Amino acid sequence: MEKTVNQRAWFLVIPVLILVAFSSIIPMMTVVNYSFQDTFGGNDFFWVGLEWYRELLHSERLWDAFGRQLLFSSIILSIEVPLGILVALSMPKKGISASICLVLMSLPLLIPYNVVGTIWQVFGRADIGLLGRTLSDLGISYNYSQNAFDAWATVIAMDVWHWTSLVALLCYAGLRSIPNAYYQAAMIDQASRWSVFRFIELPKMRGVLMIAILLRFMDSFMIYTEPFVLTGGGPGNTTTFLSIDLVKMALGQFDLGPAAAFSLMYFLVILLISYVFYTVMITAEKDEVQS
Amino acid sequence: MSAAKKNASANKPKVRLSIVVMTIYLLFLLVPIYWLVIMSFKSNSEILGMFTLFPTDFTLKNYQTILSDPSWYMGYVNSFIYVSLNTVISLSVALPAAYAFSRYRFFGDNHLFFWLLTNRMAPPAVFALPFFQLYSSVSLFDTHIAVALAHCLFNVPLAVWILEGFMRGVPREIDETAFIDGYGFTRFFTRIFVPMIAPGIGVTAFFCFMFSWVELLLSRTLTSVEAKPITAIMTRTVSASGLDWGVLAAAGVLTIIPGAIVIYFVRNHIAKGFALGRV
Repeated sequence: MEKTVNQRAWFLVIPVLILVAFSSIIPMMTVVNYSFQDTFGGNDFFWVGLEWYRELLHSERLWDAFGRQLLFSSIILSIEVPLGILVALSMPKKGISASICLVLMSLPLLIPYNVVGTIWQVFGRADIGLLGRTLSDLGISYNYSQNAFDAWATVIAMDVWHWTSLVALLCYAGLRSIPNAYYQAAMIDQASRWSVFRFIELPKMRGVLMIAILLRFMDSFMIYTEPFVLTGGGPGNTTTFLSIDLVKMALGQFDLGPAAAFSLMYFLVILLISYVFYTVMITAEKDEVQS
Repeated sequence: MSAAKKNASANKPKVRLSIVVMTIYLLFLLVPIYWLVIMSFKSNSEILGMFTLFPTDFTLKNYQTILSDPSWYMGYVNSFIYVSLNTVISLSVALPAAYAFSRYRFFGDNHLFFWLLTNRMAPPAVFALPFFQLYSSVSLFDTHIAVALAHCLFNVPLAVWILEGFMRGVPREIDETAFIDGYGFTRFFTRIFVPMIAPGIGVTAFFCFMFSWVELLLSRTLTSVEAKPITAIMTRTVSASGLDWGVLAAAGVLTIIPGAIVIYFVRNHIAKGFALGRV
């Protein structure tokens, strides 16, 4: 649809601008401000320039957290995207069973993040949890609060449990938009199941898949509540992701300067990667409109 | 014909495979929830002492504890207040903006649209400290409106994006006809346009409600007593006593219920909502 040029449309956008400016730009400016200053307590601030940035870029703690975060995001993307596609392909196409699947699959998406943590906490504990108890009865030693590998496995299982449905639902929406004629044509050509997937379904899902990857990347990169409730970042620092580390620094130790510099770099990294995804997404959208 | 038959017979094992996949996946989703739900009906001695797949000593005592103790049930009330406030604020500012984005080109529209999205990308952890200071300095700390405004950070962009997605589906001839018929913008918008996209508004409201309801970090940072949400009360209980698993499970079940009730009505739009209106 062609849009008309109308500069007065700005008036319709102004309320949003004011509100978002209040809740985003002002706080962001405070962060920028802190990141260049230091304080001896009270309200005595002095200029330190890029000192905090320099310090953080050489801080092992930050790089470790960043590494863990990247590892976490790539693991969950590489599990959730294929699994989500598989589930979307297996979902019933219509009728009451499709509705039931949709409702049940959406359930984890609507649970408060800390309750997700709680669910897995009570599910995984060796003394009271179904999973933990079953595993220990099978003779597998499992303790997510002591063993780093178990903690990681649990956090990843929790995230897969929580968000795979999102990928699946988006792919399902994409699949349903494929006209039946495409499948009929494929049937006439006696195309194999794989080539139907490869040449019909996958290209049609490209747009929604990009959105799914963008959202899953963004949200997994700023994950806080679920691992915080489940493991508290432990054992040791093994599940301390960037957000958990940042909150520790900002609200726990009240290190304003480093925390602010940390915040800005963190935000910029997300912004940069997301911008790449977004550009790809928009280009894909345009291609689709043209074809 | 024979090709179709061959295909039908080839289809059989595939259908079964998809049923197997779905069954396993749904079991994987439901078993942890099942465990939470049955735990909420068990007494603490049963939770800690025995290992039972079904409560032998079925009790509603955990729910009773929550519903009779103000420090628990006020958490739900507080959450409901700020979540509703947030939904109203987000929708009322997002409606005109989404209309502008869906109908007009104006200076900087694409950049503005992306900038809105960046707020959805911003980690709440980045905003926790500045929000705390900002709302303290205007003495709004520990009020419902503070949390409601803070959640606008991600809910307003979300609402604009979803609504824009719905509005693009409305043919613009309707606007033009209405304007030719002599409707002013305000009257057209409230009398004709808003009723037309009512389902979209409902879905958007649901998503604003949901994302504000599930958020913990900002709502916990911005409240201490008066407006403390249920999610924060739950984490406090874990760290303080950490033992009353039954009550904790019951509190968790009660937070799932609002979503579980409305989910049926939005099931066909849920993908669109989670995809920020882009499906």
